[in-house]
Amino acid sequence: MSDLEHIAERRLGGDPGSDLAELEPAAGREGSLYADAWRQLRRRPIFVISGLLILLLITMALFPSLFTRVDPRSCDLADSLLRPSREHWFGTDVQGCDYYARTIYGARVSISIGILVTVSSTLIAVVFGSIAGFYGGATDTIIARITDIWFAIPTILGGIVILRSIFSERGLLQVSLVLIVLGWPTMLRLVRSSVMSAKEMDYVDAARALGVGDFRIIRRHILPNAIAPVIVYATITVGVIISAEAALSFLGVGLQLPAISWGLMISVAQNRILTAPHLLLFPGLFLSVTVFSFILMGDALRDALDPRLR
Amino acid sequence: MGRYLVRRLLQFIPVFFGATLLIFVMVWAIPGDPIAALAGDRVLPEQVLQEIRDQYHLDDPLLVQYGKYMGDVFRGDFGEDFRGRPVTDLMKQRLPITIRLALMAFAFELVIGVLAGILAGVRKGGFMDNLVLISTLVVIAIPIFVLGFLAQLVLGVRLGWFPVSGIQQGLRSYVLPAMVLGSVSLAYIARLTRTSLVENLRADYVRTATAKGLPRRRVVGIHTLRNSMIPVVTFLAIDLGALMGGAIITETIFNIPGIGRAVFEGVQRQEGTVVVGIVTFLVLVYLIANLLVDVLYAVLDPRIRYE
Repeated sequence: MSDLEHIAERRLGGDPGSDLAELEPAAGREGSLYADAWRQLRRRPIFVISGLLILLLITMALFPSLFTRVDPRSCDLADSLLRPSREHWFGTDVQGCDYYARTIYGARVSISIGILVTVSSTLIAVVFGSIAGFYGGATDTIIARITDIWFAIPTILGGIVILRSIFSERGLLQVSLVLIVLGWPTMLRLVRSSVMSAKEMDYVDAARALGVGDFRIIRRHILPNAIAPVIVYATITVGVIISAEAALSFLGVGLQLPAISWGLMISVAQNRILTAPHLLLFPGLFLSVTVFSFILMGDALRDALDPRLR
Repeated sequence: MGRYLVRRLLQFIPVFFGATLLIFVMVWAIPGDPIAALAGDRVLPEQVLQEIRDQYHLDDPLLVQYGKYMGDVFRGDFGEDFRGRPVTDLMKQRLPITIRLALMAFAFELVIGVLAGILAGVRKGGFMDNLVLISTLVVIAIPIFVLGFLAQLVLGVRLGWFPVSGIQQGLRSYVLPAMVLGSVSLAYIARLTRTSLVENLRADYVRTATAKGLPRRRVVGIHTLRNSMIPVVTFLAIDLGALMGGAIITETIFNIPGIGRAVFEGVQRQEGTVVVGIVTFLVLVYLIANLLVDVLYAVLDPRIRYE
């Protein structure tokens, strides 16, 4: 294991995966780790709270009209920069748009980008990470070296350059694409090292001795035992990506007006923090709570899925 | 040690050229008109267009372009802004300010982070432990620009403890931005120190030290802590990338005329060449710092060398 991987895993607060497979009972009680984890999770307040928050946010992203009947784009300049009141819970922005409605509608962009980017980069990582980890040798070397190269580009710096240079029109898809491109290497390293330790298990040898094919071994025997740390990390990644999107939009290289996004709202609000702090406060609060929920959820999942901590 | 160094260097070379090539290709070689994208909404005069084409050798084949560009970079030429001023001039002027800010952030996150980590780690599951775990989680979750504005609003404007923005008040003006910049890494360092300390406290040599009657202070402070710091040192290298991204945001919020602010201004003024030049430079710094820390890691932890 290279030291970078070492650190990447340390940052997650443990050494995911390495011992997981050892402790899991062999075939016959498949999924028992997850059954155990679920039983344990349901009793943990942290899990329940973050789970409910995430559900709420996803509902907000899917059906914003459940939360507000005001159209975030119908604005009245006469109402510019009102403080929060009974009529406008979160006040209004410069254009006189209802800020509560805009904040609610902002969830859609953050949640979509967070989930889209995480799911895509996890898929890339699982496919190529298991190929590299399982076959080893030259295949592994090639995949690992390519990953090293991509890994060397820091997310925000790379995001600025790529978004700035390639796209003059930047929407949800462009921003997601760039975050996927910069996000998969960390995930791939995790999958790879996790698969490498799972393939050393006796049941893999047993399956091979029985003449089971490579694909089936990976799918049925290795991945189920190697995926736990990936799930934990993916959950945290959703939060990290949401934060990165907001930062890029804030810097003016992410989404562009008239898109409604928390990062953009904060970016627009920055010149008025003295006169209208509510413009900063509400999107900032929603953004932080969203990121917090996903990181908290990841923490709870790690505690449950890493048997050594029990 | 020698063999380890050679191996590391050999691994570094493809990563170095690969990463710079990737950035170069993404900026200059993707179909479309890179110069138009760099200029954003404005129309550049023919002369400027030609200068940019020459600067980046865009009339040559791709690999030749890249080769010539890297040649320029090694000679310290990172391109020019749209008025013909070398980006290097801008960097010379801005870099010292950012270095000052980054050093203060480093000092802040190391001292407070390690201290918090020790307090949490020596008594796992205790009050301090939970406090540190929860508060670090909160800090990690709040995006740095939200935290920056909050700190500016509360500590700068409302309480008046720190200068609100700019660098007119000497080192004092750097304190608040440095705290904001270092906060996320502080949280990671605290957690890392804690995990590592908890792990090491279970080691045999700790039991030996305790058994031979050493006071707890000494067991934790000298024996355990030294070994627990190794992952923290390596974290600092990875952290540098986050720190540079963070510097762009922090300097923007606190109006500090450092190199990060220059990137932001480049984005705002739609001067793509400035943005690309500076970011390329920052990525180079990041890569080299990572190499150095890899070497340092091997010095600190002999197990790595013999892997």
